[in-house]
Amino acid sequence: MSALDTRPTGASNGGSRSAAEVRLEDLRRIYGSTTALDGLTLTIEAGELIALLGPSGCGKTTALRLIAGLEDADGGRVVVGSRDVTNLPASRRDAGMVFQAYSLFPHMTAQENVAFGLRMRKVGLGERRQRAGEMLELVGLSTQADRYAHQLSGGQQQRVALARALAIRPSILLLDEPLSALDARVRSQLRDEIRRVQREVGITTLFVTHDQEEALAIADRVGVMRAGRLEQLGPPTDIYARPATPFVAEFVGLTNRLSGTVKDGSVDVRGIRLPLIAADTPDGPAVALVRPEAVSLAVATEGSNGPLSGTVIAVSFLGAVTRLTVDLGDTTVLVQIPTAEAAAHPGGTRVRVALRQDPVLITREDGLGRP
Amino acid sequence: MTAVAVSEAAYVSRPLRGRLRVSTAWLGAAPFLLYTGLFLFLPTVLVAVGAFSGPHGPTLANLARLSQPYVVSAFLNSLVLSAVSASVGAVVGSVLAYAVATGSPDGILRRLVTAFCGVLSQFGGVTLAFAFIATIGTEGFIVIWLQQHGIRFYPNGVWLFSLTGLTLIYTYFEIPLMVIVFMPALDGIRPQWREATETLGGGTWHYWRHVAGPLLMPAFLGAWLLLFANAFSAYATAAALLDIGGVIVPLQISRALSSEVGLDQANFAAALALGMVVIVAIITVLYARLQRRSARWLPR
Ligand SMILES: Nc1ncnc2c1ncn2[C@@H]1O[C@H](COP(=O)(O)OP(=O)(O)OP(=O)(O)O)[C@@H](O)[C@H]1O
Ligand SMILES: [Mg+2]
Repeated sequence: MSALDTRPTGASNGGSRSAAEVRLEDLRRIYGSTTALDGLTLTIEAGELIALLGPSGCGKTTALRLIAGLEDADGGRVVVGSRDVTNLPASRRDAGMVFQAYSLFPHMTAQENVAFGLRMRKVGLGERRQRAGEMLELVGLSTQADRYAHQLSGGQQQRVALARALAIRPSILLLDEPLSALDARVRSQLRDEIRRVQREVGITTLFVTHDQEEALAIADRVGVMRAGRLEQLGPPTDIYARPATPFVAEFVGLTNRLSGTVKDGSVDVRGIRLPLIAADTPDGPAVALVRPEAVSLAVATEGSNGPLSGTVIAVSFLGAVTRLTVDLGDTTVLVQIPTAEAAAHPGGTRVRVALRQDPVLITREDGLGRP
Repeated sequence: MTAVAVSEAAYVSRPLRGRLRVSTAWLGAAPFLLYTGLFLFLPTVLVAVGAFSGPHGPTLANLARLSQPYVVSAFLNSLVLSAVSASVGAVVGSVLAYAVATGSPDGILRRLVTAFCGVLSQFGGVTLAFAFIATIGTEGFIVIWLQQHGIRFYPNGVWLFSLTGLTLIYTYFEIPLMVIVFMPALDGIRPQWREATETLGGGTWHYWRHVAGPLLMPAFLGAWLLLFANAFSAYATAAALLDIGGVIVPLQISRALSSEVGLDQANFAAALALGMVVIVAIITVLYARLQRRSARWLPR
C-alpha cells in the first residue's frame, strides 16, 4: 500500500467497527455433480479490498454467498476476526451484501431501505434516520432520500444498496458484480465511488467481478479464480505483469502465444532472447506468452525478410492506443501501440516486429491442447 | 421545475401532436368502452331503472321490500357465503401458489398445477354440484363406503344441502382461481429481497412482516375481491344444490323472476340486483383506495 493511501478509522464518518481480517479456509461447496468451490483458501486483510475475478461459473458468487451465510459450506471455515462464523445464519453474520441489481425493497424509500438493517437491530427511529442520512450522504444521495427504487437510476439504486449494506456497520462488505447491470460510463464512475467509500469507511471488502479491467482498477489485491479454486492472488500489477499460470495470463488481458526455446533461464523467441518470470523453467521447446503492448513495430527496410517481419492485416482503433494484427507468415501477433505511432502502419504495409525485454511466462501447450 | 417548464413549452409549440395523441388514445380504447358499455354499464342502468319502476310509474316500493327480514337474511347469507369461501380460497390458494411458485419455474409440478387449476377454477354449476352429491351426498359413494365400515359421515345431520355445503363447494373453485390469480404476484417477488433481509439481520418473520407481506398485500386483497365477487354472483351451483329457493340473493332473484304472482316481481328482482351491484361497487371502491396507497412505490 502506498503512503498516500489513507485508511481512516471509521467512527467519525459512520464507518465500520474496527476493520476485521477475514479468512476463508479450504471452503467447499458441491451442487449435485458440480463442484462450485473446490477448496478456496484466502485471507482478506483488515480494511483490504480484494477483487475475485474469474470466468462465468468459476464459483465467485458461491464464495460470496458462503461468506454471507446465504449458502452452507460443504467443508471448510469462514473466520471473521477471531470469530468462526461458518455455522451462523446469514442474519447473524454481520456481512453487508450488495447484489447485482434490483435488490432494493421497492415499497420503501431510499432512506427506509438504508435504515432497514438498523430497524432489524431495534435501533431507535431518531438514530435510524440520522444514520441513514449519513450513509446516503456518504454515497452522495442525500437529495434522493425520499425516492422509491423505480424513481432512481440503476447507478443510484446501487449506491443506495451500498449505503444500506454499510449502514449496519458490517465486519465485511461483499459485492457481487454490483456494476454489471450498468452502462460503461456509470460503471467506471461508480467503481471509483465504491473504492472511495470503501477507503473512507475502511471496511474489509470482497468484490466479485468477471471484468478484468474492473478488478485491476479497484482492488488492493486480485484473486483470479478458476473452477472453484484460487489460481493466483496478488496486487493488480503482479497479476498483469507476472501471471503465475497461462490461464491467468490469458484471462487477464490479451496475450500472444509465440513458440520458442527455453535455455539457461531465458527463452529464445524468433531470435530474440526474453527473460522468464519463472527462472526455474526447464530447458526445451516452449510457448512464450507475450503481451500485445510488449511488441513494437518499425517500418520494414528494403528486402527485410526474417522471422520478425510481416504484414499488417488488421487495425483496430481503441482511442489512445491502436491494436494491430501482424501476419508473420507462420503465425499472427497482436500488437498494441500508441495511436500516434500506428499511423505509420496502415493495413497492408510491411513491418518489422520487436519484442520488449519484459519477463514472460512459459507454457508447454501450444494452445491447441497438445503438450 | 425547469423540466416541467421545458416540457410545457414543448407541448405548447406542438399543439397538433398533443391533440393527435388524445384522439388516438380514445380510438384504442373504443373496443373496451364498447364492451363495458354493452355488458356492464347498460345492464346496470336497466337494473337501476327497473328497481325504481312499478306498474304505476316511478316508485320506491321495490327498494322498500329489501328491508323484509327474509331479504335481509338472504343478503347476509350471500355476504357470509362469499366472504367465507373467498377467505378460505384466498388463504389456501395463496399457500398452494406459494408452494408451487418457490419450486422450479418450468418444473413439471408447476405446469401440472397451473393446468389443473385452470380447469378446476372453471368447474362450477350443475356439474360441480352433482359431483359433490355423488361423492358426499346422502347416497354418495364416500358416505356409503364409510357407512359400510361403521363410520357415519353426517353424525349431526346432512349439511351438504345447506349454506355450509354451499360454502364448501364454492371453495372448491375459489382455491384454484386464487392459485391462478395470485401466482403472477408471487413471481414478482425477487429472491434478492429475502437474501437482503437476511444479511441485514432479519429472519423469516421480519421478511414476511416488512417485505413480502406489504408487497403481496395489494395483490392478495385484489384476488380476495375477485373471489368474493365470483362467489357473490355465482348462481348455477347453488340452484342445482339447494331445492329451497331464496337462501342467497341470486336464488331470490331467480325466484322473483319466475314467480307468477304479481307483475312487479320483475321490478323487485331488479331491486335485489341493484343491491348486489351496490355491494360490489362498495368493495371495488375500498379496493381502489388500497391500490392507490401501494401505487406510490409501483413503477408506472
Ligand atoms: N443453486 C445451484 N444449484 C446448482 N448448481 C449451482 C447453483 N449455484 C451455482 N451452481 C453451479 O456452481 C458453479 C458456480 O456458480 P457461481 O454462481 O458461483 O459462478 P460465478 O463465478 O458467480 O459465475 P457468474 O460469473 O456467471 O456469476 C456453476 O457451475 C453453477 O452452475
Ligand atoms: Mg455470479
